[in-house]
Amino acid sequence: MRTGVFYETFRTEERLWNSPASKWWMLAFTVLLFTLPLWGSKYLLAMACIIGIHVIATLGLNLTTGNAGLISLSHGAFLGVGCYTVAYFGKMGVPFYLTLPIAGCIAALLGVIVGLPSLRVKGIYLAIATLAAHFILGFVFREWTSVTGGVQGASIPRAQLFGYVLRGDRDNFYLIFALVVILGIAARNLGRSYIGRALVAVRDRDISAEILGVNLLRTKLLAFALGAFYAGVAGGVLGYFYGAITPDYFALTLSIFYLAAVIVGGLGSVLGSIFGAIFMTFVPEALRLVANTSAQWLPNVAGLVLPMGQVVFGLLIITFLVFEPHGLTAIWRRIRRVFHLWPFKT
Amino acid sequence: MIEFLEYSVLGLLGGGVIALIALSFVLVYKSTGVVNFAVGEVMMLGAYLYYAASVSFAVPPWVAFAMSLAVISLLAMLVERTVLRPLSGQPTVAVMMATIGMASIMHGSIEAIWGGDTYQPPALLPRTPLLIGDIMIPGAVLGNFAIAALLITGFLLFFRYSRTGVALRATASDPVTAATLGININFAARLTWMLAGSVGTVAGVLISSSAGLSPLFASAALSVFAAIILGGMDSILGAIVASLILGLVESLAAGYLGGKSRDIVPYLVVLAILVIRPYGIFGTRTIERL
Repeated sequence: MRTGVFYETFRTEERLWNSPASKWWMLAFTVLLFTLPLWGSKYLLAMACIIGIHVIATLGLNLTTGNAGLISLSHGAFLGVGCYTVAYFGKMGVPFYLTLPIAGCIAALLGVIVGLPSLRVKGIYLAIATLAAHFILGFVFREWTSVTGGVQGASIPRAQLFGYVLRGDRDNFYLIFALVVILGIAARNLGRSYIGRALVAVRDRDISAEILGVNLLRTKLLAFALGAFYAGVAGGVLGYFYGAITPDYFALTLSIFYLAAVIVGGLGSVLGSIFGAIFMTFVPEALRLVANTSAQWLPNVAGLVLPMGQVVFGLLIITFLVFEPHGLTAIWRRIRRVFHLWPFKT
Repeated sequence: MIEFLEYSVLGLLGGGVIALIALSFVLVYKSTGVVNFAVGEVMMLGAYLYYAASVSFAVPPWVAFAMSLAVISLLAMLVERTVLRPLSGQPTVAVMMATIGMASIMHGSIEAIWGGDTYQPPALLPRTPLLIGDIMIPGAVLGNFAIAALLITGFLLFFRYSRTGVALRATASDPVTAATLGININFAARLTWMLAGSVGTVAGVLISSSAGLSPLFASAALSVFAAIILGGMDSILGAIVASLILGLVESLAAGYLGGKSRDIVPYLVVLAILVIRPYGIFGTRTIERL
């Protein structure tokens, strides 16, 4: 029984892992995660890779939308930018530890350009500006055939590390989850720094933040750049994971998927991004599983999976918004409190 | 020259139907501050209901039309009560995502029920083309424009002169004061959603009876954002003028630059306006205070 954590200084409260228990749990979880290729099935491993990519992208969108309150509907297109950058440089023989940062930086640059309207407009106007940017980028993906391969798609050469070729899900798994850990801790640390606090201040009341000395121009553009950087990196590993990609993948539904993951997980929380990405990846899988098992009784159920997935997706978003606006993180906190305070009532 | 005139006339007439979609959007935004991303799906659902009623139940087109209007109004009422009222006062992103969620539910249900095939709903209007000099105008386009113009004029008069219309405008401009003066603002919100749903249905039925009906239908509505932004999100007149301009620009671009430009021209227009004049031509310029 641990009824609470007693902080004696502000510094201890700001620590990444503010209690010994959370530190040990985190360590155990990390060990479990990184040994997953040893005990997990092929299916589980592939799912884990996809979830890892989604986690990276969701972390980024959560910085832009959750922390800084800037709605971005062009996140999916930023993934595309990252993916095509990796495809382009990968073919020139640039190793992945260079292509991924380059992908992130080019996406971040585009993020700054897309974010420029955010200086004049906000809220819903910004959402529509990013929507427009999304469609323009999608047009570029389809038409700039010399770089993107057009509607036929592009192939991405395998990642290599000092001559060792990363092939198969197992090798990619380590690449993806190394990035998840690095970028996750980076996002968490950002939240504790001056920049993170500036982002939150801009979200809560941007004019007040400016009066208090936050540089509005720099902070808003930084929020977009950071989000797009994460998306670019996620798009890059996505390219390495799939090996080939078509522009259809980066449709508006992908951007909406990430927004949904942020909302379901919890706005402005690193843990929320992780929960949201996992949850939103597993729901359609669960649905597919149900359809597969019920296919023996209902023969034409296969055609219903995709539409029903959309219905479930919409229902999930609305249910969370109406009943649990703080997302899965809030549920997690409640569960944790029950255990901390047991046998007392919460 | 003839070519230019033909593209222009067709574009302007097409703009009339875009104006209906824009109207459906602006009605909601103006009076409840909600940005409705489900406009396209409402339109599509209305059109599918019209198709189902007229083909599957074999009732005359106008009866089917009335039935689909009634069902959509009922659904709009339900959604307003269960989803949007609990969310009032939440951040923009939450409400926006709720409408996206509704769009997803409607889209999925339509695909589950009717599949991905293209249907051809019966036409509401006669199809005799009209010839002015050397320019031929398809009858459906002209009829659509006439209905759109009639409906929009009706709405403008309703908001200007009727008691209910004035109450709706009062609620839009200041809900708290309107409530103190005895206006039932919940009723106003409900009525707004029902009206918006009905206008969307009219647009859907009109467009689908000339262009066919498939699950891709809803994406047509996304380009309407260009019109709304250009006209100013809270101005009905602005939405109409901008829709006509957009229809003209789209048609000219498609005629001279090729059909592919239709995918991108509206969005380039949006970005340009947002950077130069974010409140649009007729929109209210808001001043922010602490």
